[in-house]
Amino acid sequence: MTATRAALVVALAALAAVPWWVQGDYYISVASQILIYAIFALGVDVLIGYAGLVSLGHAGLFGLAGYAAAVALAGGSGHFGAVALALAVALLGTAVFAALSLRATGIGFIMITLALGQILWGLAYRWVSLTNGDNGVGVATRPMPFGLDLEVASHFYFATLAVFLLALSGAWVFVHSPFGASLKGTRDQPRRMTALGYNVWLIRYFACLFSGLLTAVAGILFVYYTKFISPPTLVLTSSAEAVLMVISGGSGTLLGPIVGAALVVIVKNVASAYIERWNMLLGAIFVAIVVFMPEGLVPGSVRLAQWALKAIRPPPAPAGGSPPGRAGVP
Amino acid sequence: MSLWGILAINSVAFGGLLFLLSAGFSLIFGLMRIPNLTHGSMFMLGGYVGASLYMTWHLPFWLAALGSAAVVAAFGGVIERLLLRRLSGSILAQVLVTLGISFIVADFCLLTWTGDPISVTTPPALAGGVRAFGLFFTIYRIAIILVACAVAALLWVLLDKTRLGAMIRAGVDDPEMARVVGIRVSRLFTIVFCLGAALAGFGGIMGAPVLTVYPGLDTDMLPLALVIVILGGAGSLLGSLVGSFLIGFVYNFGQAMFPELAYFVLFLPMVLVLALRPQGLFGRHAS
Repeated sequence: MTATRAALVVALAALAAVPWWVQGDYYISVASQILIYAIFALGVDVLIGYAGLVSLGHAGLFGLAGYAAAVALAGGSGHFGAVALALAVALLGTAVFAALSLRATGIGFIMITLALGQILWGLAYRWVSLTNGDNGVGVATRPMPFGLDLEVASHFYFATLAVFLLALSGAWVFVHSPFGASLKGTRDQPRRMTALGYNVWLIRYFACLFSGLLTAVAGILFVYYTKFISPPTLVLTSSAEAVLMVISGGSGTLLGPIVGAALVVIVKNVASAYIERWNMLLGAIFVAIVVFMPEGLVPGSVRLAQWALKAIRPPPAPAGGSPPGRAGVP
Repeated sequence: MSLWGILAINSVAFGGLLFLLSAGFSLIFGLMRIPNLTHGSMFMLGGYVGASLYMTWHLPFWLAALGSAAVVAAFGGVIERLLLRRLSGSILAQVLVTLGISFIVADFCLLTWTGDPISVTTPPALAGGVRAFGLFFTIYRIAIILVACAVAALLWVLLDKTRLGAMIRAGVDDPEMARVVGIRVSRLFTIVFCLGAALAGFGGIMGAPVLTVYPGLDTDMLPLALVIVILGGAGSLLGSLVGSFLIGFVYNFGQAMFPELAYFVLFLPMVLVLALRPQGLFGRHAS
């Protein structure tokens, strides 16, 4: 436990010190981007890892919050009003989204969320009078909480870090609460949970709402980060990227989605500097991870490390001497 | 008045294309329990390959259509044999692999055929139109409707009247029991997957003169296939036929009447069916 706590303190210190050990505004911005996507991935992981529901439409909710904030700001609303409106719209959207998607579980859930996500994308693309279509909506200024000018890359990073830590603690409390335990129960044994008197549907519904809330927070941060939102933010590829972050890092853990978000954002930024074919690379990574490391990078690495440790130091052999074939291994 | 008539014809023709797309999707989903997310990519790939065979290689249109169906079927067979087969039992992994492949195919098409839309000329024999009942019908759209009806009839005969169809139906209803009585369900998987891919590829080239072929055609068509299968019920041929024409109408009329909210209008029949009959109009069991 103390080791975990020490690691936590070191990680926090490292995160807080990013603007000093990472030189240049560009890299600080990439760090902000990682944190934003980590919040998004945490939202998706609540469903994939803890509820056993895979959503391929979350980019729609992410974009819904972003668009609501951007449109409100373009309409002359203040920052506080815009953020409040965006959260409300996104939660309302999630409430409808979840009510429809939860008519099914498993594969049906994936299909319905995919279709709903594409419908939200279609709205962003076609509802020109509201969303300005392909041209997108720009955001003129970032807010100035407590007089801090967020136009400075490192200031924006600290604001994002604060929101990220809040979201992470929220997710930690959610997952470790009795409600989180019952959610895991509905993932593993929905029938037994029903027999025990739990309302499985309602538990899943609340999990969707919480996931939507985290996604909306990420969407609002994203709009302030890019100061712009357009339909490509909502495409299926974005939803799939979020799922990839969760699965590559390891679903059902809180660290996994964060590692996955860092991995995907870094690979995407590095790759796009050298090659144009990001989508092909994304697809290839997807296939490779699913086929070779289905449990994700974090649990997968732990498994590989344990396996390697065992291979190096074989457990004390039972009476009868060292097992044949292993004799030469130190 | 005549505007509505033309819109109705276009809707039926689009419904026919959607049937070519969704019949295979529904069969694959019904038998293998995989929503094949490469289905939109297969439609697009069929369009591109067919366009190349027809426009660049100057093959006759129908030969080009059959050729592209064959190419896409082979592609589907490779995916099924090399990837999906390895992952049998893990449905989530299969879904994600098909999604990953769809990104690769989309990027491959962008690389090969560039980002410019390819407009495929209507085959000369089917160009032009006829005037009847005070309306002007484009012959090609009527041809699409006839081809879709012929494919529907062939599929119905295949599924309902042949030994292979009986085996597929047994596989859809109860795969374990089908295995026990000696049906090689895994070979059925390959056959059905290739058949679905061929239909999607064929639909892609059939649709090319109407829709043109462009990057993003895959993600435009995939949600339509999903909505149709949610509407009609997985694994039901009749369901995908009815769902296709329904969505063909809703989509075309929605675009003409509420151009900004066309996608939202699509969503209404889906909401109704999900609320009242989650297994789909003709589905037998919930997915």
